[in-house]
Amino acid sequence: MTAQSPQLRQVRARRSLWESTRRTLSSAPFSAWFGMIVILLYVIAAVFAPWIAPYGEAEIVGKAYQPPGPEFWFGTDQIGRDLFSRLIYGARNTIGIAFLTTLLSFAVGGTLGVLTALKRGWLDQGISRVVDAFLAIPVLIFALMLLAVFGKSIVNLILILALLDSTRVFRLARATALDVVVMDYVEAAKLRGEGMGWIIFKEVLPNILPPLITEFGLRFCFVFLTIASLSFLGVGIQPPTADWGSMVAESKTLITFPVRTFPWIPAPFYPALAIAILTVAINFVVDWFLHKTSGLRDEV
Amino acid sequence: MNDTQNKLDAALRQAVRGRITRREFTQLALASGVSLAAANSMFTKAYADEPKKGGTLKIGVGHGATTDSMDPGTYPDQFTGTALWGTLSNSLTEIDADGNVVGDIAESFEASDGAKKWVFKLRKGVTFHDGRAVTADDVVASLQHHRGEDSKSAAKSLLKEIVTLKADGDTVVFELTGGNADFPYTVSDYHMPIMPKKDDGSVDWESGNRTGAYKLDKFEPGVKASFSKNPNYYKADRGWFDAVEFYSIKDVAARTNALMSGEIHYMDRCDLKTLDMLKSNPDITVQEITGYGHYIYVMNVTQKPFDDVNVRLAIKYSINRDDVLEKVFLGHGTVGNDNPIAPTVKFAVDPQPRHSYNPDKAKEHLKKAGLDSLTFDLSVADAAFSGAVDSALLWKEHAKACNIDINVIREPDDGYWDNVWLKKPFVASYWSGRPTVDWMMTTAYAADAAWNDTFWKNPRFNELLVAARSETDEAKRAAMYAEMQQILHDDGGLVNILFNSYVEAHAKNLGHNKVAANWQLDGMRIAERWWFTS
Amino acid sequence: MHPVLRTVLQRLGLGVLTLFVVSVVIFASLEMLPGGFAEAILGQGATPETVAAFNREIGLDRPATVRYVEWIGNIFRGDFGYSYAGLGGSIKRSVTDLIAPRLYNTFFLAIMTAIVAVPLSLILGILAALYRNSWYDRIVNSVTLTTIATPEFFIAYLLMFFFAIRNKWFYSLSTVSDTTDFIEHIYRAALPAITLMLVIVAHMMRMTRAALINLLASPYMEMAQLKGVPRREAIIKHALPNAWAPIATVIAFNLAYLVVGVVVVEVVYVYPGIGQLMVDSVSSRDMPVVQACALIFAATYIFLNLLADIISIVTNPRLLHPK
Repeated sequence: MTAQSPQLRQVRARRSLWESTRRTLSSAPFSAWFGMIVILLYVIAAVFAPWIAPYGEAEIVGKAYQPPGPEFWFGTDQIGRDLFSRLIYGARNTIGIAFLTTLLSFAVGGTLGVLTALKRGWLDQGISRVVDAFLAIPVLIFALMLLAVFGKSIVNLILILALLDSTRVFRLARATALDVVVMDYVEAAKLRGEGMGWIIFKEVLPNILPPLITEFGLRFCFVFLTIASLSFLGVGIQPPTADWGSMVAESKTLITFPVRTFPWIPAPFYPALAIAILTVAINFVVDWFLHKTSGLRDEV
Repeated sequence: MNDTQNKLDAALRQAVRGRITRREFTQLALASGVSLAAANSMFTKAYADEPKKGGTLKIGVGHGATTDSMDPGTYPDQFTGTALWGTLSNSLTEIDADGNVVGDIAESFEASDGAKKWVFKLRKGVTFHDGRAVTADDVVASLQHHRGEDSKSAAKSLLKEIVTLKADGDTVVFELTGGNADFPYTVSDYHMPIMPKKDDGSVDWESGNRTGAYKLDKFEPGVKASFSKNPNYYKADRGWFDAVEFYSIKDVAARTNALMSGEIHYMDRCDLKTLDMLKSNPDITVQEITGYGHYIYVMNVTQKPFDDVNVRLAIKYSINRDDVLEKVFLGHGTVGNDNPIAPTVKFAVDPQPRHSYNPDKAKEHLKKAGLDSLTFDLSVADAAFSGAVDSALLWKEHAKACNIDINVIREPDDGYWDNVWLKKPFVASYWSGRPTVDWMMTTAYAADAAWNDTFWKNPRFNELLVAARSETDEAKRAAMYAEMQQILHDDGGLVNILFNSYVEAHAKNLGHNKVAANWQLDGMRIAERWWFTS
Repeated sequence: MHPVLRTVLQRLGLGVLTLFVVSVVIFASLEMLPGGFAEAILGQGATPETVAAFNREIGLDRPATVRYVEWIGNIFRGDFGYSYAGLGGSIKRSVTDLIAPRLYNTFFLAIMTAIVAVPLSLILGILAALYRNSWYDRIVNSVTLTTIATPEFFIAYLLMFFFAIRNKWFYSLSTVSDTTDFIEHIYRAALPAITLMLVIVAHMMRMTRAALINLLASPYMEMAQLKGVPRREAIIKHALPNAWAPIATVIAFNLAYLVVGVVVVEVVYVYPGIGQLMVDSVSSRDMPVVQACALIFAATYIFLNLLADIISIVTNPRLLHPK
């Protein structure tokens, strides 16, 4: 063992990308594996939806509320569309919309948050006031108003939700960055004369990443929920587009009727379950990432 | 047999009211050849059916907003209608369970001069809740409230036809611009309760001092309205509850749950998807009344491509109404035939040929219009009627076979009636219906109607509409109305999907007589008409 | 000046500015919304004549800028004005009277939820960090994630089914009024409070855990470990004080949410809170009421965040005693 030590560096350097990925993955705990496999399945469902789904997204193929059977695996919905097919297409729409929204909100909110924490002064105050004003207005009600003003296309929905979400990301990024910017290494970088970009991306961001990543996992899932709430209040995704949040809201009255009267699982439970499983999966992976970035190499 | 039956019924009524003993009734029944068990069960049932005093009725209504006001001119819906009109107030006339107009505050009414002049004689002994007697001046002031330049009343256009109205002793005299044989129906509207006149000549609509079977205790707009019994109510056989409470529960699932958990006794607008499950609940009765209301899609006939009657016909043949009724409304309703007059309304006809799903005919009409295929936008929201979006999506599927591509646009519920209805070329719409042919046609299909949502102006139709109003010969009037309905069916811009049923549910221990069809909640007068059986 | 005092004064001053921005944003959005109060009230029955009469009566026929200036002038005198509804009569509904009972209900529910939820989520979060990767951690994690991932109304209906319909332990309707006594109010608001608890505990607990775990790798934690400080003590004494800033921010978020974001729960349980009032007023374009609600929400938000900022300053010596 001791004799090999000097060579260790060399061996590591030669390790290919594939090799290191494999090594990292093999150290992943069960929960992370579960998460990754679920996410992979969802992504496959989303990408290959038209080939996987037995029927079309909006195709009416049977009677309303048919029970599950060989023809319709999960039964049919309120106007006789195949629930399984809509769930598959729902993966595509829901994940797509949520991913774009969250990405946009983190790009805008995260960058601004760190920037203002570093600069402080008037820029900080100015942006913080505007953000506070937006944050201070209830999301749902504001989203409702904005959707009514600008029209409720999917693009508008993504932009509006991203805008409203980015204010929250901003707040968190700024709060965590405030702790980091007073660190000596940041001051050292400033004294070194590093540019703002360097300080943000090389000094501050890596150190506030864990809470941000956790937040990303949560925010991503919150997008589904916001869309579900908007559908509950009467706006949301345009039909016949399948979207899990709207699908739950559409058949909300079935929730309070128990399995006793329903020989099969009531329709709203499928999309709700789809959301729940994905959320758990994403956050398992996020937790694993958090664990790795925290630099802890101790117990399992 | 019939005679015996009648006698027995009469005895039964007397028995449950305690005028003869139960033993006497049983003896009579046995003498008429009825078994003892049958006699007993007759008595128990009759006793349960007999109105009984007492109890607090709690009703969950799917409407109500914080902006609701005591001003009857702005009563927007069932919540204010049922609570602040049907429970608290009375109009000049009332529509009974059979759809006939009968006197309420007015004891009788009479027309003269080709139905141009109407005299309403007021009932004696009617008092407001503060004890003051209702006079003809109060009636005049109450109706004047909706007229005049500054009126913001929904009844304003209804009362446009009045030239003068004046109090004359215990009568109120109306002079109309033209004859209207249906005028007594007009003043039965829930926007026109009778209210006390103030010293300055205006009417006191704010205090809630009205004439109804219940007095207002508290009104919290958008939340709750509570009432207690008016001991001096002039109808002896109405108003059985000690107190009545209305809750505004807009979410249908919450409403259903409140009924199932016993926190309310009555709910309107049941969720159709779960109706079978609700019906299986042993403590709940589901009641279905086919009313005058109808779910329609209306096109602006002045806009392309809907200005061509063949396009309109192609569209009318492109929807499978039976399929929509079955899938979206789960059979709760009556299929429409592009005639807005409900089959139960007097003078209603069923115009031929019936418009049903027929892709061949649809294509044929498209060809006549010089088209191979047709694409148009259809703007819908569930604010128009619950199920408007799903129906439109089904229609889109049906229409594909007719070479018609419908682009369904879901509009926001919020502001639907301001921004979409009467603005976009093809929209979903809803009419709660009117008790007479004339009223419905005047409201929505006359050339000068304020709510002409099809922008349809047909000279022959309008000529007949005016002529029929003052026609006193029933047969001639019927012929005119039949022709009007036929013209509207063939040429108009409405696609009538169906006449909806009022599907409402209530606790088993509520008793009632025949339920009225003119509005929901027993003509909105449930509080004075119903009672607890136990 | 002491940094805490300076922050408080600065924030209060700027808070007023935020309120002003909020009022402008809300007013502008309302103006941009199609339709007006008259159209909203009259609905399908609106005609140009009646709409005009309505607008004359409530003064909506004047230009927007005039109305805004008039409104904000009254605000500075402490007058929130009257709701457009009932403005024509002699009994006007003042916005304060309209909002006061609803605000009480909303705060009642929020405080009731927070009293249980905040300590609960802190304890759960600290325990999860302490027993990281144990079964306890995994179970709490999965359960909280599932509640986070379920739409509020879904949770609400499920609770309603189990606790109000199948077992009639609670009311499914949470209608309360000013005559409801305190105990009854708590009882009626129990289901909405539990629903909200499930939603916010998950979020707060996860952030607490994340913030703590983030610190476990810090040199001083390793130092503590090397010194032989027990893990429990190390986390509570060394990690927790440094984690207060992000935790406080998340708690402030969630408390603000309890006041401003509960409209869906209010709808499901028919709880007369301020969220429903605002949604109603937005859809009827009742500007004075919407504005007042928005200002209340904004003030709540500003206050809670000020509190969170004070906590982050107080718990961070570098910020408390700047060089």
